[in-house]
Amino acid sequence: MEKNYHVCTGCGLLCDDIEVEAEKNIINKVLTACRIGVAHMKEGKGEAIFRVDNKPVDEAVAISEAATILKNAKNPLIFGLGASTNETQKIAIELAKKINATLDDTSSFCLGSLVEAIIREKIKTCTLDEVRNKADVIIFWGTDPSDSHPRHLSKYSYFPRGKEKQRGWEEERTAIAVDVRKSHTAKICGNYFFQIPPKGDAEFIDALIAGLSGKLPKTSYNYPPKKILELANILKGAKFGVIFAGRGLVNSLENLEPIFRLMKALNEKANFHLMPMVGSCNTMGFNENLFAETGYVNSVKFENGTVLHGPEYSIVESLKAKTVDAALIIGSDPFSILPGSIVKNLLEIPVVSIDSYETLTSRNSKVYINTAVSGVEAGGTATRMDRKKVSFEPFIETNHPSEETILKKIMEAL
Amino acid sequence: MTNAMELYQMLPKTNCKKCGKASCMAFAVALMGRELKPEDCPPLKEEPKYKENYEKLSSLFKPSEGTTETGLIVHEDLCFGCGNCVVACPPNVANDPYGVGSGNAPTNANKLVLAVENGIVKAQNLGECRRFGKNKTLCNGCIVTCPVEAIEFV
Repeated sequence: MEKNYHVCTGCGLLCDDIEVEAEKNIINKVLTACRIGVAHMKEGKGEAIFRVDNKPVDEAVAISEAATILKNAKNPLIFGLGASTNETQKIAIELAKKINATLDDTSSFCLGSLVEAIIREKIKTCTLDEVRNKADVIIFWGTDPSDSHPRHLSKYSYFPRGKEKQRGWEEERTAIAVDVRKSHTAKICGNYFFQIPPKGDAEFIDALIAGLSGKLPKTSYNYPPKKILELANILKGAKFGVIFAGRGLVNSLENLEPIFRLMKALNEKANFHLMPMVGSCNTMGFNENLFAETGYVNSVKFENGTVLHGPEYSIVESLKAKTVDAALIIGSDPFSILPGSIVKNLLEIPVVSIDSYETLTSRNSKVYINTAVSGVEAGGTATRMDRKKVSFEPFIETNHPSEETILKKIMEAL
Repeated sequence: MTNAMELYQMLPKTNCKKCGKASCMAFAVALMGRELKPEDCPPLKEEPKYKENYEKLSSLFKPSEGTTETGLIVHEDLCFGCGNCVVACPPNVANDPYGVGSGNAPTNANKLVLAVENGIVKAQNLGECRRFGKNKTLCNGCIVTCPVEAIEFV
């Protein structure tokens, strides 16, 4: 029996084996998806909402109001797009060019630098399918996929049997966690959990490199050298090792130099790959699309055909310095994810929020346009955390417009 | 109840053979394997001096509320549907190696012990579970792989 599988756009894993039982456009049962995926799929419901100044209006009014805000702004900010399709992201980049906007996404304070290194091929990487089929040593560094990407361990990285790993996880795979706290993933790793103090990652990397070349590993926080040597020995024996790097690792480092050093040392002794644990379903796609267009993965400012780039064009710095005078937020909720001291500056400028869900940002925006949920009510393509393109079709009919349609209409209105 | 020795301590230890087994230790092993029940030991059931032990043993083997035949409980409030147990469960792997055994969607749903439905794991087809039947083992594949201790055997 041929089954019809759907793609879940709940996180960066883009699981493509989800069965959905729906009747009259209401989802009754979702099989195989995790709780995040089920919640994501069942959320989008009801009538489409268009609001200006918290009063319901029709679509045309909301779009013309949004266009007016963007037209009148000298330096508008476009932010979000982590959950948008590649097609939507490309239109948003065009829009940013047209209105000389500052364009940024969540990767500027998450994993952007690491993703850029992967796109520029400075670090050896691999695909999730290769991990499933070959990986024997798996490191979760500063990340807790059990909470952020629940099916990561069961679908790809640890538990499944792969082509060259048929005897299962107990015999053929070693999962290692390096983190500042005993996360749910660390619990599964058991004895191979290495707890380090916050900001201790760079020192731990250097100690590990020392251990790899047989020197005595030293850290200022007196991590037991025996344990580091034990870890180094496991890593040395890896035939196909992979490091899943999370925000915990990237944000504790001044720059990526320690990671480059570690990857070089590991690949002298063994075979190691690195993959960033990208959170949203298509942040990777945004970084790739913007890189193809401008050569940068985030924090850019378009100015009459030229592209400026730098930390000052990230959402955090531009809000802090109050350089932007309007904001178009697409499928993101900065009011929930950014510090209050910074995000309060958003309250002083007109905000247009385009989102499939009601969020704190949508409630605090001048214009709110409620869109279809990509992957559930709207189709398109997205890029998985290992850069594989995944396309999906809508399986629920809706009267909500897609983000793509709305952005096209705003472009026309400009 | 952890082992047959603990059960043996609560038996009469007279090796009277009235139960049909060669010794009280053999009866304890049969009890552990759920081949026999505490009431199958006549002295234990009838003689007043064993009353306390008999009640203790009976309560041990009384099926707990809300459990399945193999004693498996899923704490639905804790489970978040990661599916680690589904992929690690040995009968699941044996019955569906290219589906759940390889981390994919089930292709042989009516033979699976565990499957994720609406974001929460569901126990089903317990006849396939290694803790069921005559040749059962104390398999704990689903417990050790759960990050949130949502699965328990009683």
